[in-house]
Amino acid sequence: MGAQKKGATRVSEDPDELARVPLQAILLADSFTTKFRPITLDRPKVLLPLVNVPMINYTLAWLESAGVEEVIVFCCAHSKQVINYLENSEWFSHPNFSVTTIESHNSISAGDALRLIYERNVIQGDFVLISGDTVSNMSLTQVLKEHKERKKKDSNAIMTMIIKRSKSSPIIQQSRLGTDELFMAIDPNTKQLLYYEDKADYSKGAICLDKLLLIDNPSISLHNDKQDCYIDICSLEVLSLFTDNFDYQHLRRHFVKGLLVDDIMGYKVFTHEIHSNYAARIDNFRSYDSISKDIIQRWTYPFVPDVKFFGNSATKLERQGMYRASDIVQSRSAEIGSFTVIGNGTRIGNNTKISNSVVGGGCTIGSNVSIEGSYIWDNVNIEDGCKLMHSIVCDGVVIKSGAVLEPGVVLSFKVIIGQQFVVPSYSKVSLFQQPTKQDSDEELEYADNSSGIVENSSMADTVDKSNGQLTSELLDEECGPTYELGPGGVGYIWSICEGSHEEEWRHSIAPIPADKLAEAMQNTDDDLELLTQDGSVLPPSGELKPDSNYSDDNEDPRDDSIYFEKEVEATFLRAVHENIKEDHVILEVNSLRLSYNKLFTDCAGAIFYSLMKLALEIPHSSPSELCNSTMDVITKWKKLLKSYLTDIDEQIEVIQKFEEICLESAKEFSPLFSKILFHLYDKDLIQEDAILKWDDEKKNADEADKVFVKQSEKFIQWLREAPEEDDGEEDEEE
Amino acid sequence: MDFQVVVLAGGTAKNLIPLVSKEVPKALLPVANRPVLSYVLEHLEQSNLKDLIVVVEGQEAAVLVGNWISGAYVDRLHVEVAAVPEDVGTAGSLRAIAHHLTAKDIMVVSGDLVSDVPPGAVAAAHRRHDAVVTAMLSSAPVSGPSESGSSTGKDKTKKPGRYNIIGLDPTRQFLLYIATGAEVEKDIRIQKSILRAVGQMEIRADLMDAHLYAFKRSVLQEVLDQKDTFHSLKLDVLPYLVRSQLKSEVLLNGAPQAEENGNQKVNSQSNQVTLSGILANASTPSFHQLSVLGTNGSTQRTHKCCVYIADNSKYCMRLNSIQAFSDINRDVIGEASHLSGYSFSPQNNIIHPSAELGLKTTVGPHCMLGEGSQMGDKCSVKRSVIGRHCRIGSNVKVANSVIMNHVTIGDGCSIQGSVICSNVQLQERVNLKDCQVGAGFVVTAGSDCKGEALAKKEK
Repeated sequence: MGAQKKGATRVSEDPDELARVPLQAILLADSFTTKFRPITLDRPKVLLPLVNVPMINYTLAWLESAGVEEVIVFCCAHSKQVINYLENSEWFSHPNFSVTTIESHNSISAGDALRLIYERNVIQGDFVLISGDTVSNMSLTQVLKEHKERKKKDSNAIMTMIIKRSKSSPIIQQSRLGTDELFMAIDPNTKQLLYYEDKADYSKGAICLDKLLLIDNPSISLHNDKQDCYIDICSLEVLSLFTDNFDYQHLRRHFVKGLLVDDIMGYKVFTHEIHSNYAARIDNFRSYDSISKDIIQRWTYPFVPDVKFFGNSATKLERQGMYRASDIVQSRSAEIGSFTVIGNGTRIGNNTKISNSVVGGGCTIGSNVSIEGSYIWDNVNIEDGCKLMHSIVCDGVVIKSGAVLEPGVVLSFKVIIGQQFVVPSYSKVSLFQQPTKQDSDEELEYADNSSGIVENSSMADTVDKSNGQLTSELLDEECGPTYELGPGGVGYIWSICEGSHEEEWRHSIAPIPADKLAEAMQNTDDDLELLTQDGSVLPPSGELKPDSNYSDDNEDPRDDSIYFEKEVEATFLRAVHENIKEDHVILEVNSLRLSYNKLFTDCAGAIFYSLMKLALEIPHSSPSELCNSTMDVITKWKKLLKSYLTDIDEQIEVIQKFEEICLESAKEFSPLFSKILFHLYDKDLIQEDAILKWDDEKKNADEADKVFVKQSEKFIQWLREAPEEDDGEEDEEE
Repeated sequence: MDFQVVVLAGGTAKNLIPLVSKEVPKALLPVANRPVLSYVLEHLEQSNLKDLIVVVEGQEAAVLVGNWISGAYVDRLHVEVAAVPEDVGTAGSLRAIAHHLTAKDIMVVSGDLVSDVPPGAVAAAHRRHDAVVTAMLSSAPVSGPSESGSSTGKDKTKKPGRYNIIGLDPTRQFLLYIATGAEVEKDIRIQKSILRAVGQMEIRADLMDAHLYAFKRSVLQEVLDQKDTFHSLKLDVLPYLVRSQLKSEVLLNGAPQAEENGNQKVNSQSNQVTLSGILANASTPSFHQLSVLGTNGSTQRTHKCCVYIADNSKYCMRLNSIQAFSDINRDVIGEASHLSGYSFSPQNNIIHPSAELGLKTTVGPHCMLGEGSQMGDKCSVKRSVIGRHCRIGSNVKVANSVIMNHVTIGDGCSIQGSVICSNVQLQERVNLKDCQVGAGFVVTAGSDCKGEALAKKEK
């Protein structure tokens, strides 16, 4: 195909080739998560304002500045809104920078998106894969060069991930962007990624690295101090891999981990660490807060409010990181503190204090309002005497006089907060009712996504929202819940589902409360305690060290054999009830043996066990009846048992199994041990040698273990004394 | 008081049979015609560590070692020889001599270490960090009878042996993880809490724990007292200390504890001040301190496990296998010849003046011929050590081998890659390749052996 042809030409006319293929980027304008709900029910995440500019503009402006020539924007949720926005923006008319869109209504993950893009056949070579919520100012030249050179040397090097140093807090185990801590193992020389764990399992106190990793590399560096920027340089193979592995959904959890685990194809992922540049992705409300602050503090230069890039209005930088648009109506007594951005046409009343906040355009802020660490979008009306702490307030919200927003509150579009109402911390308020389906489970989240957002996007997302059936239904009830938000308030407070309640503070824009911090600290202490306690139970030297899965190691094989026994028993019972031929049973048991990686002795034991269990289930009133029914069963299934008892070891296994049954699972058999043993001998299932060997083995055993040897003493005696006679008998029979 | 040094000389190591015997414990095995223990003792002497306790497993072995030491080092070193029961392990040995230990820090050296890494450097690193334990690491040796010097990459197919898996902090001063023994072959499990505290960890498979440790005495004794199942320093004590370094269970009693408490008080009283102090300080604090700070220092107790990584140019080997025995003998007269303490002839070999060579007999470079040994005509010796008073016939070829004292070799023998212990008699035309011949054994004429261990049956 195209890729192949290119591969052939690349070798010969390299410089020409590089010049000809335009650098492409895939921009996913959907994060395929629900972290920004309820805001994203109205508007796609990429269009949410970040310091008064829609997020996607940061991404596009960066791509343009980094020399990307062609961007393919993949739109899914609210795709119409995204496409409309882009069509009306300057991006479409930009020379040397083409933006095209691909629309999909049924993609529920990044994997689906990439599969669709592959089908469209629009990508010609290496490409940059990012999502539309990335803010960066890094240069791609170096990393692209590295990627290309690596690819030339090793065709399996198909992806380069950008990482950045960022120490996550050891106490709450998350980065300042609110993402979970990330553990990576990287080859220090080649920078190859060897291990990636982002969804940290808090219960596990240890990382388990495959020993095979160290065979090829004498040293590995293990990192907890890196942040994944979610900017990937990919080769064309990445797309086809997504198509080949239709179950890959998440870029990291499935794709990257899949590549790391898969040693057949040998595809490799590499990392590129950036040092002085900025790159981060808005994953949740906390990263929204952190990245906004970074922008205000100019880490993302040139993408800062006072430099005109796409979609922002003229803003002037004043002292102490204060940005003000040109036409602001501000009372003399209003105090605007440091690191604050005020948008165009906003009016601010008397004695109002604003600090560390972003206020959008066209807002009206009354008197004696205090705003601290909050993000207020466009056309918000805040009446007198309100107090806002670390909140996000979307477009068109009205906050009536005296209302208080406690830290972590999110007010979605056009919500009205009633007078004097105190919105409790971490509440999310929306005009929409909370979807009833709420699953914290990852897989279901995707499903939920498709039924919720995508449906919304296809219906409610059309030009006029009220046309959408779903929306109008929801809006019908609008007047109902006013009491929830105080007098005159409109909207629903979303209840926080149980599971995530405790975790709410982690991703909120509010600073982490001290009590949570103390609690988390306590937890880490406990973790450590657990660990060392684990560690202190040391076995004598030379044995394997205990670690948290020490017990697992022990149990695993046993579990396995229990399952195996159960499977064999089920197979056998099916044979009994459905009259399946013995040959078929043997065939099935053999296949079970292979799939559980067992020996023939295990099969013999398992089958014998099932036989005895069957015999036990036949109703009986006295031991002799049980004995008779057991003998019947054995006689009936003689052939099956016989086929697994060819070897002396297997026969001994059966005797031992029998002992075990008598001692543990079915004590009823214990008085019958010698009788049944004799029967087995009589039916030629167990040979004399096996019994004698078993007896020999038991000679040195504890008295407790010898119960059954003693019981069968006579029989064994007889076997030992009259072997010739026995042979003679057999001869006669023959 | 300064460092007290404990040399663990072992007993008759089982994995060195047939080289060791009742008469020759491991510590007295000859390396270039000197007992291996002498390398450690003289090395310590050079660092001015002259107050030594030599611990030997088994009463008989202790007497042998004691006699040799008192003969060789009578007025140079102050050595106490202590006998401990066999199979008590290294931890057990220290437990047994605990009452002798009085210094603030203890240095524990394995008696089979042949190295030129200055122990003083390890001691300095230990003191500098106020660590509870400092371990010396060296690059894992490339074993095998290959040309010496090939370890530097000439021969890439040969992988260095795997001895330990070691986790280090980015400055390579602290030991964060160590896998020893059977754990080396398992998957690597790293405690997240340590990784969180340090941020970045380097995992190395090419380093070896050289079994030279500096311990804080109070901690060592406490661990030995409390964990009575601990058998080995290397397999139990060191991994335990490393594992629990952020949640120390050991009481740092005495002076160190006072310091520790002092630190904590400062932390809790004025966290801000310390933080700003740290920010102002150009040198970043160790992760231990940060970890303590992060958790307010109220209950958290940490201790430090440090490492001293020997330079690649230094020699460091342990005589703990037959292969290592051959390798060390070869190296000490070869590339690491400065260790031997002998002066080499212009032909780069050592032939004792009293040794007699027959006609057309050649002794190549990197060879050693001991006092009073005689060689017949047309012999050739390459890369081998021949002990004292050996009688070697004519037409004998010796290559890559070690021949101890009083060995008689008949005419026409060929010996390659083998170890011949004392008082062995090889009759005519014996052909040995990669063999070990135990003391006093007689190899009959014309035998042809490959990769065998020949020894007298033990009674």
